[in-house]
Amino acid sequence: MTEAVKVDLEIDLKGEVCPYTFVKSKLALEELESGQVLRVVVDHLPAVENVPRSLDNEGHQVLEVVQINDSDWSITIRKA
Amino acid sequence: MAVSVRVLGQFPGLTRSRTVEGHGSDINGLIADLERQYPGFRGLVYDEKGEVLGYVNIYVNGDEIRSLRGKATALQNGDEVTLLPAIRGSALSFTEEQIKRYSRHIILSQVGGKGQRRLLEASVLLIGAGGLGSPAGLYLAAAGIGKLGIVDFDLVDLSNLHRQILHHNHDLGRAKVVSAAEAIADVNPDVEVVQHQVQLTSENVMDIIADYDIVVDGSDNFPTRYLVSDACVFGGKPNIHGSIFRFEGMATVFLPGKGCYRCLYPVPPQPGAVPSCQEAGVLGVLPGIIGLIQATETIKFILDIGESLNGRLLLFDALDMEFREVKCRRNANCPVCGDNPTITNLIDYEEFCGIRAASHQ
Ligand SMILES: [Zn+2]
Repeated sequence: MTEAVKVDLEIDLKGEVCPYTFVKSKLALEELESGQVLRVVVDHLPAVENVPRSLDNEGHQVLEVVQINDSDWSITIRKA
Repeated sequence: MAVSVRVLGQFPGLTRSRTVEGHGSDINGLIADLERQYPGFRGLVYDEKGEVLGYVNIYVNGDEIRSLRGKATALQNGDEVTLLPAIRGSALSFTEEQIKRYSRHIILSQVGGKGQRRLLEASVLLIGAGGLGSPAGLYLAAAGIGKLGIVDFDLVDLSNLHRQILHHNHDLGRAKVVSAAEAIADVNPDVEVVQHQVQLTSENVMDIIADYDIVVDGSDNFPTRYLVSDACVFGGKPNIHGSIFRFEGMATVFLPGKGCYRCLYPVPPQPGAVPSCQEAGVLGVLPGIIGLIQATETIKFILDIGESLNGRLLLFDALDMEFREVKCRRNANCPVCGDNPTITNLIDYEEFCGIRAASHQ
């Protein structure tokens, strides 16, 4: 599915830790319209669970959480 | 062709606005026009070969131009073009410092970045930098209220310091507005503080409140309280009221068209009938509680969240440690905001506290 979804905005949050991984993901989503897709890349392991959970709590749709290399994870979210 | 262009990411730093107008028969022409309007724009969109940068997406009415005809995609009058770059987190409309400073607000779903932005764009006028204004001012500043006006004519006195936490020992004898501005700048440099070192009168009150969205009344005397309440009715400003006496306090919110202080108490008490000011005494912590209720209601009003204290008078008794509330709706017979107002001009009541009132009789 990775290639099937058009990503509208991508942010690199490598080096960021909780809660700023969530805070910045949330701010980025606020820049988008409903239905648009955000992809964030993180390398802070707790964020791999925390960011999708927190965004899900706010009603957004988590499309994919995938490890893309040794250190980095990609989280794809559709804005509610 | 005139089109509206929505820009995101780093573009608003150049255009100063998130929506701009541009002209062009196709995307290439539009970018050239935007470069004329905002020099440097082209470099944010095209690489050195003149191709659209890989990390910039351009949409025409929702379709990305790579799926259309690229730079040659034709434009019609009224089309909506969106320029959406991939951005690093820090390129958003908050600075890195602001993201950290306000992160616990932004995390709240009822606040978020949008709510924090509203706080940063809001302006609040504090009437008094004393017992109530101190905690209200400090917390409103910490919360990131963009502009805080402070009206106070007094100097800092040692007898103030048991409750007026904006001021410190080293401020004794200084103007309260100056001391307050310094304390607030220490808490949050994002806040613009406007000092009004004046005695509020019918002559100046309308001009002063005109520059603010909301008035927080922390005055300690009846003439000012009535003047501020009447001025807020005439000026259509929300008035966040608080008052304290010995061990008791009250707070409420007066919104335009929904009541005022005179709905509660149509006229001030006769001189000598109610002990006020210096004679009364007050428990130092009491204004902390009431002033922060005022700050809370101010923030809720700006964010448009929760249930306002408008229409309710909250009463606090520190000795019993009890909150109660009574209704305080708009009074149709109110002399200022009622159906047939009898007071249509501002009134400068005499200060009726202590010596001056006595000498006036
Ligand atoms: Zn009234």
